[in-house]
Amino acid sequence: MLKRMSTYGLLVLLVVISVGPFLWLLSTALKSASENIFQYPPQFLPRHPTLQNFGAVWHAVPMGMYFLNSIIVTGLAVILNLIFSVLAAYPLARFEFKGKNTIFMLVLATMMIPFQVIMIPLYLMVLKLNLVDTAGPLPAYIGLVIPFVVGGFGIFFVRQAMVNIPRQLEESAVIDGCNSFQVLSRVIVPLIVPTLATLAVFTFMANWGEFLWPSIVLSKPQMYTLPVGLVHLQGTFSSNWRLIASGTILAMLPVIAFFVILQRYFISGTLSGAVKG
Amino acid sequence: MAFHHKIEPWAYLLVPVLLLMAFFFVPMGMAFYISMLDYSHAIFSPSFVGLQNYVRLFHNPHFWQVLWNTVLFTITIVPVMIVIPILVSLVVNNQLRGIRLFRALIYLPVVVSLVVAGIVWKWLYAPEGLINYLLSFLGIPKIGWLVSPDIALYAVSLMVIWKGVGYYMMMYLANLQSVSQDLYEAAEVDGASLFQKHWHITIPHLRPTMALVGIISTIGALKLFTEIYVMTHGGPIGSTETFVYYIYDQAFSNLNLGIACAAGFVLMVIIFGLSLLNIRLFYLKAEKEALNA
Repeated sequence: MLKRMSTYGLLVLLVVISVGPFLWLLSTALKSASENIFQYPPQFLPRHPTLQNFGAVWHAVPMGMYFLNSIIVTGLAVILNLIFSVLAAYPLARFEFKGKNTIFMLVLATMMIPFQVIMIPLYLMVLKLNLVDTAGPLPAYIGLVIPFVVGGFGIFFVRQAMVNIPRQLEESAVIDGCNSFQVLSRVIVPLIVPTLATLAVFTFMANWGEFLWPSIVLSKPQMYTLPVGLVHLQGTFSSNWRLIASGTILAMLPVIAFFVILQRYFISGTLSGAVKG
Repeated sequence: MAFHHKIEPWAYLLVPVLLLMAFFFVPMGMAFYISMLDYSHAIFSPSFVGLQNYVRLFHNPHFWQVLWNTVLFTITIVPVMIVIPILVSLVVNNQLRGIRLFRALIYLPVVVSLVVAGIVWKWLYAPEGLINYLLSFLGIPKIGWLVSPDIALYAVSLMVIWKGVGYYMMMYLANLQSVSQDLYEAAEVDGASLFQKHWHITIPHLRPTMALVGIISTIGALKLFTEIYVMTHGGPIGSTETFVYYIYDQAFSNLNLGIACAAGFVLMVIIFGLSLLNIRLFYLKAEKEALNA
């Protein structure tokens, strides 16, 4: 009994440390204009809670566009990653062919190239191909997502799942007259849905929060993704912490909603990348 | 059964492999070439200088300062990242009512983006902020967390640790759940204390995970950027300027692409050994297990 109480005590302490900072920001976002948010000692709970800061930030910066841009870019990254990972993983898991080991080593090798090394040439390439926001929204989205549409990690991860499927299932499909693509789409893909869900969450997380690349390629505020937009908001309204806090809370909401709904895949998705480095 | 066709596998591989080539290996080669160009005189017509940029880099005290900052970040963050999540995982490794909710809440900092986390902590670190207020109860006067050159690096490190603990906790937890309960019971029969039990049973069991956590958190610490950009912009007086921040600054503020790419290659060489170890230890091991299964 005593042991249980002390464990709960420790758990509560840990939760206060991990969640408390967010609640403090939320409290700031809810404080009305009549309250001094810099007052000392600080006021923990807003005296007159209001939602008007959320509306204010929505109009102060193009928050709606930030959301839309982030959703489009992240959505593209997730879908394309799933498609290309499945396509590349399949022959590496199920075919015998000359050069297979070389390709597999190349796939692994991409994981050892830090993005920070190739980002400068990538930027020059994207400029050359005119995949930047001055050329319009569609080129901008392509430029934002193109370094992240395929990666060694995704291919490796999906291949791993495919290798673990017993081959008898495919054999009967082949006897029934399926070609290799039908085997992939009708037999293998349905069996690796949990792996694909995990990869989807992993890719979502990596791209939703990505700041470095979009901050390099973007120049038009209308095209900012959420992370770039938040940094911009913080730079522009550096003294208006009500706006900064409200914008940040808004930006967190989709991730938290996903986390609540898909908790299991969130944890496996983030952990699967552990060895990615 | 395996398909034996000459062309078919390439039909699947073509697009992904071309993309990998175009967006990993080609830029890699370009980066090496750019690292041998000097942009400082004319941005549009750089001159070829061979390995001169690397020589210049290592003769530049600013670069050494950045390297030192990065080392300081790494040695501040990594040991804490290896140890603290073990303690947290021991606290959450039970079947108490509501434990899944507790774990999820402790995991929350992991799922928010770095920019969000940076802003949250910037607000906590404000001079009139919550942290200074809480410390005032201990009689500690106000601290300029992000404005004092002696403190800022540790303040940013604390935020990095806060954001990472949940992640490594989950890794340890997965590992802890595979420890045989019999071992603990046998140790209890022998009169082992709580500390002895964990020291002699838990820690040896967790050692491979500790190695993994050490490698990943080191690679992460060597690549710190967004946290710095959001919280300090490398300041005050360069005290939190990291390796990647330097690359970014050289490339996109000073337009010194040659130096930036040279620094990128130095970073890659530093990380290379760690990544190789990482892949050998964990990918190739997983590979072997899969083949034996």
